[in-house]
Amino acid sequence: MDTATPAVTVALHDGTSVIASSGQVDARRHGELLLPAVDRVLAEAGTKIDAVTGVVVGVGPGPYTGLRVGLVTAATFGSALSVPVHGVCTLDGIAYAAGRDGLEGPFVVATDARRKEVYWARYEDARTRTGEPAVDRPADIAQAVAGLPVVGAGAVLYPESFPDARGPEHVSAGALAALAAERLAAGQELLEPRPLYLRRPDAQVPKNYKVVTPK
Amino acid sequence: MAADEPLVLGIETSCDETGVGIVRGTTLLADAVASSVDTHARFGGVVPEIASRAHLEAMVPTIERALKEAGVSARDLDGIAVTSGPGLAGALLVGVSAAKAYAYALGKPLYGVNHLASHICVDQLEHGPLPEPTMALLVSGGHSSLLLAPDITADVRPLGATIDDAAGEAFDKIARVLDLGFPGGPVIDRLAREGDPKAIAFPRGLTGPRDAPYDFSFSGLKTSVARWIEAKRAAGEEVPVRDVAASFQEAVVDVLTRKAVRACKDEGVDHLMIGGGVAANSRLRALAQERCERAGIRLRVPRPKLCTDNGAMVAALGAEMVARNRLPSDLELSADSSLPVTEPHVPGTAHTHAHDHDHVHEISKDNLYS
Ligand SMILES: [Zn+2]
Repeated sequence: MDTATPAVTVALHDGTSVIASSGQVDARRHGELLLPAVDRVLAEAGTKIDAVTGVVVGVGPGPYTGLRVGLVTAATFGSALSVPVHGVCTLDGIAYAAGRDGLEGPFVVATDARRKEVYWARYEDARTRTGEPAVDRPADIAQAVAGLPVVGAGAVLYPESFPDARGPEHVSAGALAALAAERLAAGQELLEPRPLYLRRPDAQVPKNYKVVTPK
Repeated sequence: MAADEPLVLGIETSCDETGVGIVRGTTLLADAVASSVDTHARFGGVVPEIASRAHLEAMVPTIERALKEAGVSARDLDGIAVTSGPGLAGALLVGVSAAKAYAYALGKPLYGVNHLASHICVDQLEHGPLPEPTMALLVSGGHSSLLLAPDITADVRPLGATIDDAAGEAFDKIARVLDLGFPGGPVIDRLAREGDPKAIAFPRGLTGPRDAPYDFSFSGLKTSVARWIEAKRAAGEEVPVRDVAASFQEAVVDVLTRKAVRACKDEGVDHLMIGGGVAANSRLRALAQERCERAGIRLRVPRPKLCTDNGAMVAALGAEMVARNRLPSDLELSADSSLPVTEPHVPGTAHTHAHDHDHVHEISKDNLYS
């Protein structure tokens, strides 16, 4: 499952292929949509949550409120079902899906970070990220990524900075699960299911209280 | 404790405490709390994003700690309850998402409950079943209200509330003016014990004959105290911190208890429940005791740890929902930062007819007390 982009996406994967999946785009209702989507996907596959042997969750980067819905849901499933919970960078899931759609590297993945910024990372190919994800203003990285295709909603939003924008716009849990299954089968370690916020919380230490006596 | 009483786990994340409690009926089995208050202290108040991040970190470990403390297995639970509002939207969402996942994974009914009703219901863990109706004074950093609850699971009526600052907020603000740090309640309570509550006559808001009898206002008091302090400082005099703390605190608790006792008398209710973080204030407890005794009212105040936000209070209300066969919430349950106090829980929409809930509020007042 992944809730780090406007998509609320859930898929059931048996290690070989996706059995059932759901994807809804609604940036404001991750909390309401996720569990019903899990329920639908399991019902469509004709199985129950107890049959799940592992949980894969997108760890972002992504807008915090939505991102946390997926992470806390995954962590709680892990605890209740006594199954492992694995994290996968959401941008890696988008890169993997772009690769399956035929895009070859190198390219860039960019999602909407709001506040006129994008979360982004560079990819050698669909499975290989070069460097850590970052958050920046599109204009500030336009030159560095010039000439490369840019995949994701972050590219579509800023055509001046990213003229070669490509799909998919959002992550799909099917791609995320397939990538995770591939890595696990190859004996690779996945990430801890912890959020990639990439920004500190907005908070200011108050200087002093406001004097109330009229001047 | 009867084994057939509902065993419920409650999750609370409406502000800065990640609370998970487990109760069986009206018996407290576990009350695990992880607080991010120290992180907020240097900001002089709760920072929502910091609270939300801390809830995510603490959620599963706190659930597991509570189960261990209670010595029960998650499989034996009869339900999962969670604060679905009111509170900080992002913070609530972490708890609601966790509760939904937990209930779903375990195949247990889910109850999204009201934070304020939980503050009242927690007293069942301390003093046994609530009388019906219950009169409650809820005072904390986020709320100050007088509530009449004929049925804590279905019918809670607001009699009055603060029209500006919450009582706890006033304590925090005055502590800041006096440079005493955050949160302000405990430190003012401590200093006030060594001060003279009659030293300075601070105003009692909304206590005139034409004022709303059950509403509160602490903004004028706060300004008046700050001006008094500033005047001392401007004159180069030392501020008598203990006397200011005692006189300010006296003004707050005088109004709170006076109005609460009056509400009991007016409504013919012979006991008063006080909850919320400010209910830990020693002077509020003492003055309420004194005035209730004089008025022949029985006072019920839970121990301080149950007054501040915690998961046990949510579990207590959840257990009552199970015991009274209230309709569980559904998987679409959302966090509602402004959930009205008149909705003690958020029933699912699947198999109900829409007006079920409204009927409860139409019961005439007279029926309730006869
Ligand atoms: Zn509270």
